Amino acid sequence: MKLFVCVNQVPDTETKVKIGQDGKSIDRSEVNLILNPYDEFAVEAALQLKDKNGAEVTYVSVGGDSTKEVLRKALAMGGDKGIHIKTESTGDSYSVASMIASALKDAGADMVLFGKQSIDYDDAAVGTMVAEMLGVPSASVVVKLNVDENAKKVTCEREIEGGTETVELAMPCIISAQKGLNEPRYPSLKGIMAAKSKPVQEVAPGTVEPLTEVIEMRKPPAKQAGKILGTDKSAVPELIRLLHEEAKVI
Amino acid sequence: MRILAFAEQRDGKLKKVAFEVAHAAVQLAGQIGAEAVGLVVGEGAERVGSELGGFGVQKVYAADDAKLSSYSTTAYARIVSDAAETLSADIVLFPASAMGKDLAPRVAARLKAGLAADCIALKWDGGSIVATRPVYAGKGLIDLKVNSPRKVFTLRPNVFSPGSANGAAAAVEKLNLNLQDTDFLARVTGVTVTKAGRPDLTEANIIVSGGRGLGGPENFKMIEDLADVLGAAVGASRAAVDAGWRPHEDQVGQTGKTVSPSLYVAVAISGAIQHLAGMSSSKYIVAVNKDKDAPIFQVADYGIVGDAFEVIPELSAQMKKALGKD
Repeated sequence: MKLFVCVNQVPDTETKVKIGQDGKSIDRSEVNLILNPYDEFAVEAALQLKDKNGAEVTYVSVGGDSTKEVLRKALAMGGDKGIHIKTESTGDSYSVASMIASALKDAGADMVLFGKQSIDYDDAAVGTMVAEMLGVPSASVVVKLNVDENAKKVTCEREIEGGTETVELAMPCIISAQKGLNEPRYPSLKGIMAAKSKPVQEVAPGTVEPLTEVIEMRKPPAKQAGKILGTDKSAVPELIRLLHEEAKVI
Repeated sequence: MRILAFAEQRDGKLKKVAFEVAHAAVQLAGQIGAEAVGLVVGEGAERVGSELGGFGVQKVYAADDAKLSSYSTTAYARIVSDAAETLSADIVLFPASAMGKDLAPRVAARLKAGLAADCIALKWDGGSIVATRPVYAGKGLIDLKVNSPRKVFTLRPNVFSPGSANGAAAAVEKLNLNLQDTDFLARVTGVTVTKAGRPDLTEANIIVSGGRGLGGPENFKMIEDLADVLGAAVGASRAAVDAGWRPHEDQVGQTGKTVSPSLYVAVAISGAIQHLAGMSSSKYIVAVNKDKDAPIFQVADYGIVGDAFEVIPELSAQMKKALGKD
């Protein structure tokens, strides 16, 4: 089985957003970059399939030089090789999806896995767009995954409002992983050493223009600290009064 | 020009987000001089579609077929894209719901349309639509323009007004579908409801969340009790989820759900930056925490610096009385 996992480099969740000079993106000068947390579930899912049935696992990432770090991180968890689609201008979900779709078009993938969204722009769109561009079925926000290689069928559960729905997909297909799918492994020291010699191929993206344009980025209006009503249950009546009369939410 | 509003239905009932999206389409259409039309997909869509009428959409298209008794990302994507092309609808609006977020990127890719996801505002400004949306789980906001001729937007649930019914009827027209087996390469075969009786986090008007300060999973009982008095959803901090006290789908914050209810009650949650990002856009925030220096008090409208085990049961009891539920 040939599995591909698309991984992305994003600012750490600890990051305090500071608007950059251009007024359209964040100031990345003091930002710690990590492997997108949701992508770790996708990596783990692929590695579990490899452990169980045997598979070739290839990671794909789009971005500048620093992107290699997340490919190495994923390779340290396991898997075989990386493809680095090298570009300084990633654009938007549509252009990133187009770049990934061209790289995967003739790759013979049985399944491509993504994290359900990148925690920077939170579009939750690239995996599903790639599926449409490649003409294969997809399921997003997957919390349970079962692959029947012989029947070329994937059965998974995806999260919906108030529950889950079971989806059957014909392979090849694309899924995007949600927290809860598995517990991602930590890279072992041996894995980290081995990752250094695993092949990472650099490829040039085609020319793809983004279809959207950021005009401005700003911080949301700051919340003002409100009233402290008390230090024990005697404050409860006043809280109820304020919720009813001032906030009018009950 | 037409604006197509994807009016989500499940089990033969329009979701609240369907009205939010339809109303947003009507408002946007008014600003740019376009016509807003609705689209309902699924078995029984023709009957369901008429319910959109009183909310300002005068024309509703129904993709009604027995084959559409359950959701299929591939079939739905074809239907919506074909409808957009046939109806010359260059703008398509979806809810940023589980279904809308699964469907909109496929439709955008099919129509070669730019996508603005999870929008919290749409406005017509100097000849183009400017979408505002949170990024970094709400730590930042961006204004975004879609430059392609066709444009797809998903709208965050609970943010846009659903409007109010005016009693007007809508004309419902059934679409000619010609569905093939190859349209169903992905299909839903079953639905499991895990939150019976309580609203979902992303749809809830009120959320009561608990954190690590509760000390253990058994103490979420008082969170659930308060939630049930308020008709609220139950949330949790990442610490409580990672400790295994609550399921992953309850997590609020940057690697969980980003929520904007009218009222968010944070109980024994200190307020890590990831959590604050996910809930700061709530209209009103109540915090109950023993630690007066907890960052959650920086965003709370009303705070009680006290012991949750004492305050929350009292709050439930008095709230019950106040709401006439005892």
